[in-house]
Amino acid sequence: MQATGREPNTADWIEVGGLEDIPRLGARVIETPAGNIAVFRTADDEVFALRDKCPHRGGPLSQGIVYDKKVACPLHNWSIHLDSGLAVAPDEGCTAVYAVKTEKGRIYLSLATKSD
Amino acid sequence: MEQRLNEKLVLIGNGMAGVRTLEELLKIAPDCYDITVFGAEPYGNYNRILLSPVLAGEKTINDIMLNDASWYAENGITLHAGKAIRKIDRRRRKVIANDGTSESYDRLLLATGSNPFVLPVPGHDLPGVITFRDIKDVDTMIDAAQRFRHAVVIGGGLLGLEAANGLKQRGMNVTVVHLMDTLMERQLDASAGGMLQQSLSERGLNFILGTETQEIIGKQRVQGVRFKDGREISADLVVMAIGIRPNIELAKKAGIHCERGVVVNDTMQTFDPRIYAVGECVQHRRKTYGLVAPLFEQAKVCANHLAQLGYARYEGSMTSTKLKVTGIDLFSAGDFTGDDTTEEIVLQDAKGGIYKKVVLKDNRIQGAVMYGDTVDGAWYFHLMRSGTDVSDIRHHLLFGQAHLGDSGHGGTNAVAAMSDDMEICGCNGVCKGDIVHAITEKKLFTLEDVRAHTKASSSCGSCTALVEQLLADTLGSDYSESPRKKPLCPCTDYTHDEVRRGIKEHELKDIPAIMEYFEWKTTNGCSKCRPALNFYLLCAWPSDYTDDYQSRFINERAHANIQKDGTYSVVPRIWGGETTPAQLRALAEIAEKYEVPTVHITGGQRIDMLGVRKETLPKIWGDLSKAGFVSGHAYGKAIRTVKTCVGSEWCRFGTQDSTSMGIRLEKMAWGSWMPHKVKMAVSGCPRNCAEATIKDFGVVAVESGWELHVGGNGGVKVRATDFLCHVKTPEEVEEHCAAFLQLYREEAHYLERTAPWVERVGLSYVKKRVVEDGADRRELAKRFHYSQQFAQKDPWSERAAGIDRHEFIPLKRVV
Ligand code: SRM
Ligand SMILES: Cc1cc2nc3c(=O)[nH]c(=O)nc-3n(C[C@H](O)[C@H](O)[C@H](O)COP(=O)(O)OP(=O)(O)OC[C@H]3O[C@@H](n4cnc5c(N)ncnc54)[C@H](O)[C@@H]3O)c2cc1C
Ligand code: SF4
Ligand code: FES
Repeated sequence: MQATGREPNTADWIEVGGLEDIPRLGARVIETPAGNIAVFRTADDEVFALRDKCPHRGGPLSQGIVYDKKVACPLHNWSIHLDSGLAVAPDEGCTAVYAVKTEKGRIYLSLATKSD
Repeated sequence: MEQRLNEKLVLIGNGMAGVRTLEELLKIAPDCYDITVFGAEPYGNYNRILLSPVLAGEKTINDIMLNDASWYAENGITLHAGKAIRKIDRRRRKVIANDGTSESYDRLLLATGSNPFVLPVPGHDLPGVITFRDIKDVDTMIDAAQRFRHAVVIGGGLLGLEAANGLKQRGMNVTVVHLMDTLMERQLDASAGGMLQQSLSERGLNFILGTETQEIIGKQRVQGVRFKDGREISADLVVMAIGIRPNIELAKKAGIHCERGVVVNDTMQTFDPRIYAVGECVQHRRKTYGLVAPLFEQAKVCANHLAQLGYARYEGSMTSTKLKVTGIDLFSAGDFTGDDTTEEIVLQDAKGGIYKKVVLKDNRIQGAVMYGDTVDGAWYFHLMRSGTDVSDIRHHLLFGQAHLGDSGHGGTNAVAAMSDDMEICGCNGVCKGDIVHAITEKKLFTLEDVRAHTKASSSCGSCTALVEQLLADTLGSDYSESPRKKPLCPCTDYTHDEVRRGIKEHELKDIPAIMEYFEWKTTNGCSKCRPALNFYLLCAWPSDYTDDYQSRFINERAHANIQKDGTYSVVPRIWGGETTPAQLRALAEIAEKYEVPTVHITGGQRIDMLGVRKETLPKIWGDLSKAGFVSGHAYGKAIRTVKTCVGSEWCRFGTQDSTSMGIRLEKMAWGSWMPHKVKMAVSGCPRNCAEATIKDFGVVAVESGWELHVGGNGGVKVRATDFLCHVKTPEEVEEHCAAFLQLYREEAHYLERTAPWVERVGLSYVKKRVVEDGADRRELAKRFHYSQQFAQKDPWSERAAGIDRHEFIPLKRVV
């Protein structure tokens, strides 16, 4: 369930778009053969990526309301921490976190670091 | 984690109010202080109110511990358990304990609780004469029950009866002696007190009422009790439960201003600004409290000031009481004695063991007493605290909230009688046992806590009263926080109404401006407040507010309903439910073209195409636009449908053209955003085939014109409409409808449907604004039409033309 703190090799980074392509306090979806990944942008332009599946019943987190460093799932309103993928207590559950970074306004995502 | 620079906070009194204050403080400012706690009792912090079930053998001491030693350690708090403070040195800012331990403070919190009052009669200090306050007392009673036979409890109040019941459960022969003629006379009137006495007698308790104790007799140990009238009874154990006195000795000695309790202001500060006080030791606005619900409110306010946030105020509380004797249902709240300015409504069924009394003053509930059937206690208490005008419902007030219809639980009796596996919350499948377990295991006190941990009553809310009842049964009083001032969400302490007023008065024009003005506690709100604020702004500034899409729920952002598999449904508007072959053909072709998996005729007289992928939405909308359709807003807190019947055009009973009337209303109102969804209907005669009387706004045609109805809904809690008025012409229907909708938009709380809103503000108020005052009505209607100029843009055609493209396509496809 540990999902943070890994640095992927440079070779693994995929450019997925520009920061301005994601609305502040919003999210966009990256479709991959292994399922969708949601990329979030916070109010102060931090970017996070989670598997687009709520730990509760699989709701698409990319469609939720983003606030602070959390997203509220659109189906039954669980909140998920964007940095750890953990459900906000008292709910319990975890969704996979992917490494992302921004450089010069471009967003890079790593698929190699999946952890579910 | 040690931070030497922190200020030092010392808490005297390791009880319920003091530690609750620390918990609240740690939540909002975890690193503000180095905290030290002194407690006279040699334990961690425990739930004092559950001592009664422990005595009755229903729980163990371990079950009722709230915070053990590890909690203090984890939070860096130094606990001196078993050390009572004997002196506060205010000049040196130091406290000194019995054993000489001393600690200096920057701020001091007094929470010394109260002392049980002991009758100063001869013999009161004999071994075997005790009070009922702490674990030690309970241990003494349990021990006595094993060795002796006769117990006398002096005091027929809440505590005395719980002690008596516990001792009886433990096998003792128990007599309750009470000075007054009625048990619990401070909580119950004579009728309810009599019924209570009867059921307790049936359980084997003996009573001696209206009798004063003169002396406790005995040599080495208590042997009996003698009364003023000369009677004597034997006793091996005497429990005095005749009241409590705020424990203020320490504060008094330190020169802090005290009257009956330590006097505090609305910020819980004492006469010495470095010293705060909370709990039973406190006197606030001349009142002292002896139940935990108000003490927890104090704790919250005090924490706010200790954290130097400085905005919360404690303005006093109303309390309600329950007796925690398993199998006895009793509830009381407020002032139930009444005087010549009050009226009483009473329901009494002596044989069935049911008694209910509600005291009204100016049509507002002043107090309530209930015995036997207390399911509606929480409801009366809620109406009382919120000061609701009950004139519209007074004729069925005593029949309870169930008259409003409650398909899930209507008619269910006292929750106490329910078995553990009975379902309380149908939405989330939570049973009684789960809730009770969570309340005791996870130490929950409030409705919000229970919602967060069990999800019970967090969806449709129809089981809220049952959950509150369970809380009350388990904990012995009403723990919901005062709705007199219910914050909009956890990000703020301001209410919906305060924020709405602020938006207008201070011309706050966007969400950040509101958050700044009202000092939001979070940086960008949460999923609860942002949609509300967005709507409030939209309603206040129709011409110049730009909708904040990121603050809308996905359905309103995507203009379609998200389904459980992440696909969407598309429901085009079908005006008044009337369609044509050409329209149907167009819909059929579109559904085929996009391979829509399910086409369903909705309960709202239109056609739903389900299972559409998000990316396809703009395309399908483009085709629908071309065929003349606009969005049906089936996804929005907005005007949904206007159902109609065929009316006078075809029906042999029709009195008016209900179809045209419905279409006219829908054309007027579509596109408008609302606090919650709004449904309308127009029926052509009182047979009411369009079900207009369970709609937010319903119209029923009659020979002489139109009857207008408001505040109905189907759904979880069916509510039939209230009759608003009768009008003659379609123009009048339209004007009343627009005015009603606008009043609702301007004054309801976000996510409050018209039914609860009408109940909250009262039908009379709505009538006053919409019916009686013609000028007011016209102004309201005018504001509605004005905002419609900006609202009636079809979101689907806009998106088909390219607006918000990013919403509908993935950022990237990785192959
Ligand atoms: C599609 C439809 C069922 C159908 O196939 O017939 C429907 C479907 C849903 N209803 Fe409904 N309701 C539909 C007519 C009704 C009706 C009948 C009516 O309008 O006459 C009612 C009872 C009348 C009423 O609202 O007072 C109804 C009472 C509810 C409720 C309970 C409302 C309440 O106040 O208790 C909910 C839950 C809510 O809104 O929180 C709800 C919620 C829902 C939601 C939105 C659940 C959700 O959040 O996902 C469903 C969305 C399905 C979708 O994606 O399309 N639906 N729903 C109907 C659409 C009508 C339309 O044309 O727009
Ligand atoms: C048997 C029983 C049943 C109850 N049932 C209910 C109920 O059903 N519902 C309800 O709402 N309320 C109930 N109550 C009342 C409720 O328990 C009290 O209102 C609440 O505990 C008061 O909190 P407090 O922090 O002010 O005082 P306490 O919880 O009494 O805490 C004060 C603490 O301060 C300590 N202390 C005092 N002086 C010093 C000193 N000089 N130095 C160090 N420590 C000191 C005391 O030892 C005590 O531990 C019940 C009470 C009892 C006894
Ligand atoms: S009744 Fe309404 S909310 Fe319930 S499953 Fe059917 S459509 Fe969904
Ligand atoms: S699927 Fe996310 S909250 Fe239920």
